[in-house]
Amino acid sequence: MADETDREETVVAEFHKKIKGAFEVFDHESNNTVDVREIGTIIRSLGCCPSEGELHDLIAEIEEEEPTGYIRFEKFLPVMTEILLERRYRPIPEDVLLRAFEVLDTANRGFLTKDELIKYMTEEGEPFSQEEMEEMLSAAIDPESNSINYKDYISMMVIDEN
Amino acid sequence: MGCNTSSTRIKNSQISLRAVLIIQNWYRGYRARLKARRHFALTIFHSLEYADEQDQIQLCNFFSFMLENYTHIRKEEIGLNQLADSKLDMRDKQDYVDLDVPDSYQGPRLQFPLTCADIDLLLEAFKGKQILHAHYVLEVLFETMKLLKQMPNFTQVQTSPSKEITVCGDLHGNLDDLFLIFYKNGLPSGSNPYVFNGDFVDRGRNSIEVLMILCVSFLVYPNDLHLNRGNHEDYMMNLRYGFTKEILHKYKIHGKKILQTLEEFYTWLPIGTIIDNEILVVHGGISETTDLNLLHRVERNKMKSVLMPPREINKDHSSDSKHGNVGVTIGAHGRIKASGCPSEHLPKHEWEQVIDILWSDPRGKKGCFPNTGRGGGCYFGPDITSKILNKFQLKMIIRSHECKPEGYEICHGGKVVTIFSASNYYEEDSNRGAYVKLCSGKNPLFFQYQVTDATCFHTLHQRVSTVENSAIKILRERMISRKTDLICAFQHQDRRKSGKLPVSQWAFCMESILGLNLPWRSLSSNLVIIDQNGNVEYMSSFQNIQIEKPIQEANSALVETLYRYRSDLEIIFNAIDTDHSGLISMEEFRTMWKLFRSHYNVHIDDSQVNKIANIMDLNRDGSIDFTEFLKAFYVVHKYETTMKPEDTNLDT
Repeated sequence: MADETDREETVVAEFHKKIKGAFEVFDHESNNTVDVREIGTIIRSLGCCPSEGELHDLIAEIEEEEPTGYIRFEKFLPVMTEILLERRYRPIPEDVLLRAFEVLDTANRGFLTKDELIKYMTEEGEPFSQEEMEEMLSAAIDPESNSINYKDYISMMVIDEN
Repeated sequence: MGCNTSSTRIKNSQISLRAVLIIQNWYRGYRARLKARRHFALTIFHSLEYADEQDQIQLCNFFSFMLENYTHIRKEEIGLNQLADSKLDMRDKQDYVDLDVPDSYQGPRLQFPLTCADIDLLLEAFKGKQILHAHYVLEVLFETMKLLKQMPNFTQVQTSPSKEITVCGDLHGNLDDLFLIFYKNGLPSGSNPYVFNGDFVDRGRNSIEVLMILCVSFLVYPNDLHLNRGNHEDYMMNLRYGFTKEILHKYKIHGKKILQTLEEFYTWLPIGTIIDNEILVVHGGISETTDLNLLHRVERNKMKSVLMPPREINKDHSSDSKHGNVGVTIGAHGRIKASGCPSEHLPKHEWEQVIDILWSDPRGKKGCFPNTGRGGGCYFGPDITSKILNKFQLKMIIRSHECKPEGYEICHGGKVVTIFSASNYYEEDSNRGAYVKLCSGKNPLFFQYQVTDATCFHTLHQRVSTVENSAIKILRERMISRKTDLICAFQHQDRRKSGKLPVSQWAFCMESILGLNLPWRSLSSNLVIIDQNGNVEYMSSFQNIQIEKPIQEANSALVETLYRYRSDLEIIFNAIDTDHSGLISMEEFRTMWKLFRSHYNVHIDDSQVNKIANIMDLNRDGSIDFTEFLKAFYVVHKYETTMKPEDTNLDT
């Protein structure tokens, strides 16, 4: 029993250090706060993938009563630790991602046209901003065919991340 | 049938909605992780840069130590004493007039008194990669100095709706950035005034060209082109950060003369600019003791270098406490304390005031603390800003000194603006540059830019990778230079001699030995191999990378030490080598090494050093070509072409 608590404590201590490390990188003024707009990046850099809606709710949880535009570390740490412990917001597995593209590719061509991709990403779900759309297009679209071969694209992304 | 189709349609659209959400979610995660990696890379660059600057203080200590003790070992005065007293005789105009410009010279020829035609001429010539003849370099520096001497410590400037002023930050020898600024914002003129807020030189490849353009523009428009001194307008900093090297390389015959002129030139640069009586523009920042009234009065030309604080010239070496400590000590909080004030130096409290202006950084934490990152100046909080601004009836401080990803940053509730004009400072795509346009009654307007070649067509991933790889490479070289100490620390923790450590213990060793506060856990996968259980194979960092040993007999500890301190050794060497010949005598080398060793507490025995000294004196004429020797110490990356020292900015 004691062993297990010890191990759990070490795990928590390790999570704390990891979270602190990621937080500090964005703490430009070294005063234990980060701009609220960076919270999404920090959470995702720790391996979690909340949706925009989930992110919104998280921020509401860790913001001050009167929002200052900044998030304090003392509020961020316990919430983030719990997320890591509960393994919430797990990243999307490769095969699920592939399936998602296939669903949108109703004609089963193996690719989506640039216009189709733009339409889906900017008009549905949690729409992309122009910047996000441009960035995705720059890497995804084959300029000759003006389309995205999503299978190749996913493979390339996976290599990028590793 | 109708119902069926519509419910299928709804179901289909729900499925496709889920698919879209999945893709968006996944892409946002990917993008965020790239952004985080880029931030980590920048943090590495920042930490290494400031750690280097902190080393400067060590060097400062060392110089004083050497000055005190050197005369024990050698009877006659050496160049170092000359450096310390550094009272340059007034150079006569005749000095460079004698320097003939040969007919064969193809570069730009300036016509004094200068006009805007000369500015254009210089810009075109530098775009064509030409080098300005030493005659003109010296003439420009002398003429500029003549004018600067008549100027007060703070230039007062007024704006109007038809005459906005543009403030630019650090350029650090980036000629392309200066071209881009002039292209976007126009050349300096009577209706287009500029302030350049220090750090024109060092690190970049075109420091002299940047300086020449700024000086020539100043000579043509002395009331509309304002130059503030930065912490790199300092001949000691130039020794380490590349400008000295650039001059000696481009001006093989007259480089020394140019360097000597620069030493005095820097001291005449104004300390700051005040715009519309309400905006203070200085290079670094302020401290809680900043006294503008005092700073208006100091004899700024007595501020030679941050590494030469005021000291008493004590002929006898008795540590007589009545006269105070000779030289310099590090006080309790790491601030430089100095004593004594000979007539050619600033009194201590004035010297500190100037250091604060040139070296301080704003931070979010309230109060004023010694700037332990850089080793000079302080960290000042928003309360300090308010206090000083109120005291002197000012509204805002514009400063530079720190690289910002977006080229500028606003803090302290809008009262402090950092403006940094060297884009891609650490690496391709590490950051944007910016400038700010001011006009009384209007809000400041910021303009950003980034010098890119083909990189604008690179994907986000490619750009992040470039910055990240560069940062990791430099970090790994740091690790190599402390290999022996690191392995010692790892093995100490690794009781079972398994070759593996938990990540936390590895991180602890890395931080304590390297002295860098970095997110080691997040960086670990880039630096070392991690097994399935999450344990670090600590020796794996040292594979595929080694320091090339120029001499077989040298043991690894010596090699690492020489590699680690190569920048410092180079500075000391350059200080001894007053005629900039690249050679010092064997005796000077041995003495230098002995002092260095005792001061830095390095455990290398004399026989090793003697062996190296003898080997370096290849032609047996009693002198050592130190630059050649240092060039031999570069790090070999197994799977890359060898990287020469000149290639890394931070290593210059």
